[in-house]
Amino acid sequence: MELILEIKEVSKIYGSVVALNNLTLNVPQGQWLAIMGPSGSGKTTLMNIVGCLDSPTEGQVTLDGLNLGTLSLAGLTAIRRESIGLIFQEFHLISYLTALENVMVAQYYHSLVDEGEALEALARVGLRDRAKHLPKQLSGGEQQRVCVARALINHPKLILADEPTGNLDETNERLVMDILHGLHDQGSSIVVVTHAQEVAAHAERVIYLEHGRLVRDSQNDSLSEEDARKEPGQADVRVV
Amino acid sequence: MITNRSFMLRLALYSLLRRRSRLLAALVGVALGAVVLLGMITLCHDLPKQFRDEFRAYGANLALAGLGAERLSLADLAKAKALLPPDKLVGLAPFRYESVRNRLRPYVAVGTDFSEARKTSPFWRVTGEWPDEPGELLVGADIALNTDLKEGSFATIDGRNSRQSRYAKDFRVVGTLATGGVEDGFLFMALADMEAMTGEGEVADLAEASLTLKANDLKAAAALIREKVPKVEARLVSRVADSEANALAKLTYLVYLVTAVVLGLTMICVATTMMTVVLERRREIGLKKALGAENWRVGREFFFEGALIGLFGGFLGSLGGLAFARAVAQSVFGRALFPHLYLIPLTMAVMTAVTIVACRAPVRRAAAVEPALVLKGE
Repeated sequence: MELILEIKEVSKIYGSVVALNNLTLNVPQGQWLAIMGPSGSGKTTLMNIVGCLDSPTEGQVTLDGLNLGTLSLAGLTAIRRESIGLIFQEFHLISYLTALENVMVAQYYHSLVDEGEALEALARVGLRDRAKHLPKQLSGGEQQRVCVARALINHPKLILADEPTGNLDETNERLVMDILHGLHDQGSSIVVVTHAQEVAAHAERVIYLEHGRLVRDSQNDSLSEEDARKEPGQADVRVV
Repeated sequence: MITNRSFMLRLALYSLLRRRSRLLAALVGVALGAVVLLGMITLCHDLPKQFRDEFRAYGANLALAGLGAERLSLADLAKAKALLPPDKLVGLAPFRYESVRNRLRPYVAVGTDFSEARKTSPFWRVTGEWPDEPGELLVGADIALNTDLKEGSFATIDGRNSRQSRYAKDFRVVGTLATGGVEDGFLFMALADMEAMTGEGEVADLAEASLTLKANDLKAAAALIREKVPKVEARLVSRVADSEANALAKLTYLVYLVTAVVLGLTMICVATTMMTVVLERRREIGLKKALGAENWRVGREFFFEGALIGLFGGFLGSLGGLAFARAVAQSVFGRALFPHLYLIPLTMAVMTAVTIVACRAPVRRAAAVEPALVLKGE
């Protein structure tokens, strides 16, 4: 099966802190992967590396066939623009732009703005009638849905969601997860970082990180548990 | 139909208009800079003219005399006068000097055209009246102090002309002249009286002209007279012309210096404000980068916002600058100032350039924003 993401023996070290420790992970095209783990386990570091916002100290990351380590800063920016849709826990909408304009910002940096397409994206997340509202006029759930619309507007190959429901109530959480299901059904690859078991439960596959090491993989539980008993640096889980 | 270009304009406008407090701070800084800039440029433009008018109070700036030992003929003087721009000519007074006597005491008598002399020598202070009838005499302050020749007295002036013929004429003293200079020791009469008294006319020893011309134009006028009327020696009165040029040069330098300082301060004000804006919008910058914006695009947006602030602030400040210049001209020189409207776009352009330059440091700061850090709130 074709891989959207290949992570090979990746480590990330900040001074004396090892955020990721010799991590190996393969994600096939179209897979919905959830990354779980306690605070400081390296989830966000992994997300940043996959999202081309950070680079590993060691190892190799291949996204959609491109070795990220060979790319310049501009090349990484281009990958973010072309291939990745980011969904943030804190939404990060631009406060002085309407919902529609927030979606169009992603188009603007990607290629050409298209108001009709942006409205369609908002319609997909049920917010067509809120298109002209500023973020402060929207509820948290609505803001997150605008964030989702912005992430999907350029048809990214990979959607990265960092605690997408962390700031939402149950109703809005369900709405957002339904949207992600819709995207997944259409073939999108999704990687979700979450603390919440109920959010992870939506994914096809769940991995657990601890101290920067992959300690469990739902696709290969027995192997990963065995790996988990190994010394740090030896816990390699390969999914092909 | 929204295009990328119109969307960029929309981004910049909304960024400014929906965060008015920051916009206001930058706008006030730019507008104040523009007020001073346009005000100073306007004054710089009009000051030389204003000052040239003021300097006319210090006397003539062009002297005309006969070539060598020759006296100046009034016919040549008329030719020379015809070469001077009439709208710039404040006055042209001929002066003829004769050695005369009164009660056997020697004096220097000066024959002139009093109406012109009042224009070329506005610093002359006359007590009593100016002569305006034949047979009237103006005496220098030193003479009035030391002799019986005082206002209201009569005097018989006598002497010999160039042909050694004796002459004598009665005059009535109508006023006393005080200049603080050599004039205080002279007797002044109408040139026509002197011609009638001596029996010799159509000549003068010197003529003084007062012109509201720039130093270079004045030099050119003198050269033209020398060329076209060869019997007339035309020279700048360097004492006045040089003082005028020096004062104007220093004033212009001062104005430029103040303008440069104000523009520098404006730049610092805008740079500080924009730096604050960058710090406040770190997350937005990080987000844009995370969405795929290159540094140059983020930078371009800030430069564009800066340019809008410069344009708008420059426009508002230009209007204020015109009012400022007008107020200064009125209060300092007591004259109305003609508004030079073409200076408005010029000021807007300069202020736009100033704000763009001021945005360089903030843009560098924006380029250094790490999206991974700021989006996590660090």
